[in-house]
Amino acid sequence: MLAQQLVNGIVVSGVYALFALGFTLVFGIQRILNLAHGAIFMTGAMVAYYVVKAGGALWLGFIMAIIASGLLSVFVEIVCFRRLRKTGDEEFGGIISSIGAGLVIMTIAQRVSDTLILRFPFETFPVVIFKFWGLRVSMLQLFMAGAALVLVFILGYYIYRTSFGRRVRAVTDNEHAAMLMGINPNLIYSQTYFLAGALAGAAGVLVGLAFNSINFIMGEPYLMFGFVIIILGGLGSIPGALLASLVFGMGQTLTIAYLPSGLTDTVIFAALFLILLFRPHGLMGKEEAGNIRGRR
Amino acid sequence: MLSIDTLKVHYSGIQALRGVSLEVTKGETVALIGPNGAGKSSLLNTISGLVKPNSGNVVFEDTAITGAAPWAVTKTGILQVPEGRRVFAEMTVLENLQVGQTALHGREPTYGLDDVFRVFPILQERREQMAGSLSGGQQQMLVIGRGLMGGPRLLLLDEPSLGLAPVIIAQVFSALSELKQQGLTILLVEQNAHLALTASDRAYVLEQGQIVKSGASADLREDPEVAALYLGQG
Repeated sequence: MLAQQLVNGIVVSGVYALFALGFTLVFGIQRILNLAHGAIFMTGAMVAYYVVKAGGALWLGFIMAIIASGLLSVFVEIVCFRRLRKTGDEEFGGIISSIGAGLVIMTIAQRVSDTLILRFPFETFPVVIFKFWGLRVSMLQLFMAGAALVLVFILGYYIYRTSFGRRVRAVTDNEHAAMLMGINPNLIYSQTYFLAGALAGAAGVLVGLAFNSINFIMGEPYLMFGFVIIILGGLGSIPGALLASLVFGMGQTLTIAYLPSGLTDTVIFAALFLILLFRPHGLMGKEEAGNIRGRR
Repeated sequence: MLSIDTLKVHYSGIQALRGVSLEVTKGETVALIGPNGAGKSSLLNTISGLVKPNSGNVVFEDTAITGAAPWAVTKTGILQVPEGRRVFAEMTVLENLQVGQTALHGREPTYGLDDVFRVFPILQERREQMAGSLSGGQQQMLVIGRGLMGGPRLLLLDEPSLGLAPVIIAQVFSALSELKQQGLTILLVEQNAHLALTASDRAYVLEQGQIVKSGASADLREDPEVAALYLGQG
């Protein structure tokens, strides 16, 4: 039983990680909380659904979803944040304008979907259950964990092992110095938002498949979870977001499994408060992460 | 090589530069001295494109770069080593140097990793260490090295001695004189006028956004006014 829950927890954590990594990446580079991130996640699920509904293969829907949510995320940055950054109002102004962008995206999705709960056609993803060592693991779960792992690995490789990633980290570290070294931050921002949106979109498709339920507000609980995760991990910290996704996903799965229903959120948020009491900057956060304007 | 003509800059209601003109010719080291707040850093930042001028011209080798974006300025080979040792703290020494190569934009590098390590051997020892964990002097060496990796044709140096111990300052400046001998053109902003006038061929004195004196560094060292105001003799 415990082993089964651990497996489930890992799958859930993987999805949270995909969502939270983009969220924290954007915060790290711009000190902006992009509250449209949940709507971008939902867009991924919707795009995949409509591709499949139009007769496309699931893998095609998955790729289209990743591209569409990546581009949407880039668009949100240009429309919501770029102008505010010029005037230096991005800290609070960005929160408001990204809430606005999220509402616009959700309203469009509501219109398009007619406020219905959309479901993938039966057997879009083959229902295959593997049984071993007393565990029940579906092929979908394996796919989710595998996809999350691959995407996290790609992100890590991109950020820590390529010259593009070095530039992203340089801008995150010190934007002025990065510009003096010939880096155009706007290009870096666009790339970062694309990555962030693409990961969120992928998470959206996986969640849509797992629950076989897609609707225009499905992103909002994930926005909340993502928020908790990046604070828990330390704002802007990529390893922190990974660790916190695991802690949060596991915690949630185990409390649902072993505690009376309804207690889950209470326990999780109580634990969050407790952790933040002892580590106010999150599990792997730097002190200055809380100091939003500290970087310049 | 670099020619600045009646450059005026004001921001936040303050006039930082009130019509500054200066010239840097190839191969020379030119120092810009003056008190705190005279506009020395504003001038460098205007050349680099971080600050947009209100009027005036900046011309580098027959190309007008007035008001160009910072990353576009680096394409011409003007590289600024910013004040206050702005290393990329959470990246390794090696990665910091590699980021410097971005400024090449396809130009031929003039300094490779080996050259930088020859000038600053300590950087080779620390290459895998996080830049934020280096001492102040090592960070200063790293930002200079990072600038060199960008293939500078003109190096703008902002207060390289700031906050460093005398021994370290001597090390940094001996490295600069080595670079100068190799033919690098340098525009040096420095509050420590004695250092600046020793390390440079020519110098300008900037006060309240205006050039008040200029000439050969050796002559300025003997100038009674400069000596009284900036060299602490008088």
